[in-house]
Amino acid sequence: MSPLPSPSDWPLLRQLRGEDRLGRGAAVKSAATQALRPRTAEADRVVKSVCPYCAVGCAQNLYVKDDKVVQIEGDPDAPHSRGRLCPKGSATLQLTTGDSRERHVLYRRPYGTDWERLDLETAMDMVADKFVQARAEGWECESEGKPTRRCMSIAALGGATLDNEENYLIKKFLTAAGVIQIENQARVCHSSTVVGLGTSFGRGASSTLPGDLQNSDLIVLEGSNMAEAHPVAYQWITEAKARGATVIHVDPHYSRTSALADMFVPLRAGTDIAFLGGVINHVISTESDFREYVLAYTNAPTIVGEEFEDVGADGLFSGFDPEKRGYDPKSWQYEDALVAAAAGQRDQEADIAALTGGEDAKGAEQARGMPKLDPTLQHPRCVWQILKRHYAQYTPEMVERVCGVPRDVFAKVCRLFVENSGRERTTAFVHGVGWTQHTIGSQYIRAASILQLLLGNMGRPGGGVMAMRGHASIQGSSDIPTLFDTLPGYIPMPNAHRHEDLDTYIAASSAKRGFWGNMRDYMVSLLKAWWGASATAENDFCFEYLPRLTGSHGTYQTVMEQVKGTVKGYFLFGQNPAVGSANNRMQRLGMSKLDWLVVRDFSLIESATWWKDGPEIESGEMRTEDIATEVFFFPAAAHIEKEGTFTNTQRMLQWHHKGQDPQADQRSDLWFIYHLGKRIRERLAGSTEKRDRPVLDLTWDYPTEGEHAEPSADAVLAEVSGWNAEGKLLSGYTELKSDGSTSCGCWIYSGCYADGVNQTARRKPWREQNWTGSEWAWAWPANRRILYNRASADPDGKPWSERKALVWWDEEKREWTGHDTPDFEADKPPDYRPPEDAEGPAAIAGNTPFIMQADQRGWLFAPAGVADGPMPTHYEPQDSPVPNTVYPERQRNPAREVFQHEENRYHPDPDEPGGQVYPIVVTTYRLTEHFTAGGMSRWTPYLAELQPEFFCEVSPELAVERGLEHAGWATLISARGCVEARVMVTDRMTPLQIEGRTVHQIGMPYHWGPNGYAKGDSMNELSSMSLDPSSHIQEVKALSVEILPGRRPRGAARRELVREYRERAGITAETGMAP
Amino acid sequence: MSGAPGIGDGAAASANASLLNVLLEHGEPATSSGYGEHPPRMGFFTDTSICIGCKACEVACKEWNHVPEDGLNWTGHSHDNTIGLSADTWRHVAFIEQRVPVGEHQPNFQREGEGFRWLMSSDVCKHCTHAACLDVCPTGSLFRTEFGTVVVQQDICNGCGYCVPACPYGVIDKREDDGRVFKCTLCYDRLGAGQEPACAKACPTDSIQFGELTELRERAASRVEQLHEAGVVEARLYGESPDDGVGGDGAFFLLLDEPEVYGLPPDPVVTTRDLPRMWRNVGIAAGALVAGVATAFMGARR
Repeated sequence: MSPLPSPSDWPLLRQLRGEDRLGRGAAVKSAATQALRPRTAEADRVVKSVCPYCAVGCAQNLYVKDDKVVQIEGDPDAPHSRGRLCPKGSATLQLTTGDSRERHVLYRRPYGTDWERLDLETAMDMVADKFVQARAEGWECESEGKPTRRCMSIAALGGATLDNEENYLIKKFLTAAGVIQIENQARVCHSSTVVGLGTSFGRGASSTLPGDLQNSDLIVLEGSNMAEAHPVAYQWITEAKARGATVIHVDPHYSRTSALADMFVPLRAGTDIAFLGGVINHVISTESDFREYVLAYTNAPTIVGEEFEDVGADGLFSGFDPEKRGYDPKSWQYEDALVAAAAGQRDQEADIAALTGGEDAKGAEQARGMPKLDPTLQHPRCVWQILKRHYAQYTPEMVERVCGVPRDVFAKVCRLFVENSGRERTTAFVHGVGWTQHTIGSQYIRAASILQLLLGNMGRPGGGVMAMRGHASIQGSSDIPTLFDTLPGYIPMPNAHRHEDLDTYIAASSAKRGFWGNMRDYMVSLLKAWWGASATAENDFCFEYLPRLTGSHGTYQTVMEQVKGTVKGYFLFGQNPAVGSANNRMQRLGMSKLDWLVVRDFSLIESATWWKDGPEIESGEMRTEDIATEVFFFPAAAHIEKEGTFTNTQRMLQWHHKGQDPQADQRSDLWFIYHLGKRIRERLAGSTEKRDRPVLDLTWDYPTEGEHAEPSADAVLAEVSGWNAEGKLLSGYTELKSDGSTSCGCWIYSGCYADGVNQTARRKPWREQNWTGSEWAWAWPANRRILYNRASADPDGKPWSERKALVWWDEEKREWTGHDTPDFEADKPPDYRPPEDAEGPAAIAGNTPFIMQADQRGWLFAPAGVADGPMPTHYEPQDSPVPNTVYPERQRNPAREVFQHEENRYHPDPDEPGGQVYPIVVTTYRLTEHFTAGGMSRWTPYLAELQPEFFCEVSPELAVERGLEHAGWATLISARGCVEARVMVTDRMTPLQIEGRTVHQIGMPYHWGPNGYAKGDSMNELSSMSLDPSSHIQEVKALSVEILPGRRPRGAARRELVREYRERAGITAETGMAP
Repeated sequence: MSGAPGIGDGAAASANASLLNVLLEHGEPATSSGYGEHPPRMGFFTDTSICIGCKACEVACKEWNHVPEDGLNWTGHSHDNTIGLSADTWRHVAFIEQRVPVGEHQPNFQREGEGFRWLMSSDVCKHCTHAACLDVCPTGSLFRTEFGTVVVQQDICNGCGYCVPACPYGVIDKREDDGRVFKCTLCYDRLGAGQEPACAKACPTDSIQFGELTELRERAASRVEQLHEAGVVEARLYGESPDDGVGGDGAFFLLLDEPEVYGLPPDPVVTTRDLPRMWRNVGIAAGALVAGVATAFMGARR
């Protein structure tokens, strides 16, 4: 307590004495008010951090007092966020320092009815023992006669909320242990973006940064609810609008993003390919393309082989095998030139054998020379003509019939595209998971890519395809993948083949020309990073140590393996599949068959407690006492309690420093995997089993610090960046060698620790640099901020226009220069032409900007890499009440992945009997106030109170038709489940006229589940496991349901209602399964 | 300070003035509140035309000021589950889903031949030039800061609640389990350290702008002009005029429709406007009484 003020300080005397005679200002200021100081000013130190929610990666300042974080705010210096935070970012103090986080390890013994406390060390030992046992029991030496050397009994899920360093160690250790079923949120969010962008341009990540949208003349937001899901990045759209740009939002649902757009275009969920195909048709048929760009930089002039047949009336491209439910893509190849894709399906061994009589792909590509071109675009088999024919039927009338977009509205969109593209103007696409999460998701991204190539918008300021990713490091968890099909830097995981060695693997998976031609450098350096001295030229650098794939091992395939009983142990690293993955019931069913489950999270999410309080317990279908699964809950450290890097949506790695120590049993995932790995290695020490060599030879000795022996994230990042034989840190991937003299944990991240300096920790204020912000943190590759920026200049190296200048050739200095780091060899002149036999980067001509591509051209037509066709084609979603108007004989994507299981039934075709039992289209989305499956928002009171309940948005017309009452309740039913939601009747939902009938759409956010502070049913009880074949992503952006007024039944009656509707629709095991 | 057209009673109120009004020097309330040397008057300009309804302001405010979470209540009122300013909500984002005639407005979307738009706006304490809450506070808890803002001193407030009905905007409110009143302080503590208020700092699109009031007024005027040129003829300012019924707000707004649409009073008047006249009348009445009594007495002596 402060001493009493002297009488002269008494307010009354001050009032009489001073100028504040009325006593309402200076005179009445109390001592406490006088002493007021903001805790931001009183902090001992300010620690630089990064927001842990979405992938905008807003820079944060942590204000630390007495080693406790007392305030978290945006860092005003950051070029991408400029100090701003959305409601989630603003709630990070409550998220991290509030009382909703668990502090202690919890343990549920087999058949146990409740949690018990367990000592952390004991829990770690138990998990290590179980890991070793499950691995030994589930070890698989070969599959169908092919060596696999893997462990199918263990799986892991999660990583997009983790640091790159954590993902790196998880992938490194689990892969060495033979685990291949490693997955994370990137699979269910943007895996199709990787395929779509990667095959089209060479890299499967956003080509640009939100900050560059300020330079756009037209911004088309489609498949993205940017203002809600990425509010801080939306500031750049506000900037663009202030500069006169036009903004269009194309979406089934009028969201906060639509409210701020100049034009909102509602379309039926699941029809974007028809819409974009219509725009492509408009551009081609009116010759509104940027012809010089198209001729020089795309594969429009390339001649395709004679075997290729476009989609006919049967809705199939050439090469479809109904037995395999997939394509053999070899007929899609260029004439006399076999090319490998830079992403997607890359193992072409089968094609090679057929095409070359046993030669390897690299050899084949060399032997078959460069693709043939027809610069007149007249050859009937050149890509331009094929594309023109393919999209000819996507007329404005067809768009209207399929999408429900009136012709005049569509004409306006087409006009805006054309007017805002070309030499002087640029258009940008912004997309999110509204495009990716479909049974043909990769092709949505391909369709946008084609349009951007035709209009000449790639690699230019204000252009590009801005992929808005959802988690703090989901880009990082794609780059350093906790994903089954890739190794760090998008090197494909090897498939199981007979007699495959490093050379045949490289040959089968990489292009000969361009930077993927150096895949051997990247791969050998990775093997050196993992197995160090044990990796030698003699033993193929331990290539044999890598476990082998046999098809897809994505998270949904893993669920099926769990249901079958193959998977015994499962790790969840900050992911909540019981809410976030499609078909929640299947997720829980899978987990109930596990021997053990490890959950690492902040709070007791639904995936940790289903055995106790899941819907199947409530309905009586499962009894807790009958469930054998042993469950370990480890409380996780938060971003403020550890250091490391997140990679944001613009490929930017930002280092976040530690502000305070975690409490009690809370530990980082880096600590968990490192110490678990150590324990497992101790248990295997001295083993003579061949399978244990990769674990024992693994480099696994990171320096540790502090009382908890926290491993050094800094040391891990240095390993990721790479060093040479002398231990000198590398400046970039061009220094990598294939002779074993360099080590690099992720080639595309090489250089992030150049000169021994953590480049990701750079924080030069935005006011001191240009809009690309290239001195803030570090972006892959090689700190280039706008990819393919060589395309901003014409073939001679001059900017297409002054207004849109980005990089250009400086003839005097003989180098590429400009506002961004050139995405091109700096000293390669525009007139350089490679010799015919050139390989790798030397084969890249000076006038070809897509340096990762086998032919260095942007792919309008994808001769390889995309599993369901070389060109995007409209098919209806798996569950749709509308027939396919474009290809009436083919309702759904014939190559999609489906799962036949009693709990994963599909809906009938719309014109079959029962085809209108689920007549309403549903689309899903995120709200600003919540985060994905809710684990970081439903437990956070400041966020929970803003959107406290699960609701569905319906139009007034549908409400009348179904008797739904505003603010009342509705029950929604699909063949998988039924949920209840509050009813929001709103004009923001619009019925569409499709083929002369009214199609209703319902909008549903998917953040809720039965646990947490704000509770509700989970939308994903309704969705099905049906996947895009290229990326194995699920379709949750377009499905169909029935909606009834009132609350859903309780107990067993809930399942009964689902069964009743299934019966009514005549659903069998075969329904919706046809290719 | 004569009446300006279109503001009705407000003009009269200004002319008539509150107790404080007569002492005001060129709308600088800090000067008349005993701050000799003081910083310029600071305030908010909330440009609702770029508000994305994210509610970062609501959360940033609560985090900074330790304002309690105030319950889970799904209202069905568009995305607004906060409903209004209160002791536990110092920033409130309103959501208005609106059918509008095409032609008068330029909706970005038409539905069944009718235009549709969705307005969003972040409301806050107006920090009035003539603040009735301050006028009626008997304890000196509510006070005018050197920045011209109006703040409750929590160590002084006794919970009498006089200020609650006095506010023409219905902003200030009593926290029932505490007894005292609470409202936006315009982050008085932060201002003292040269930092901007938490809501303005967080606002992703800069819809909430903080700064010197005179500069904000200029900025707002040019923004309106810009919007008018772009055809958004309905853009107008609310609370920026020193001639309105509260002498102008320290926190003012750019709106795209009538204030009532956003739940704002169209012609706010400082509720203590009539106090001087009432006191004058009281004085006259008292004087008359005294005179009457005196006359009576004097008459009696005679």
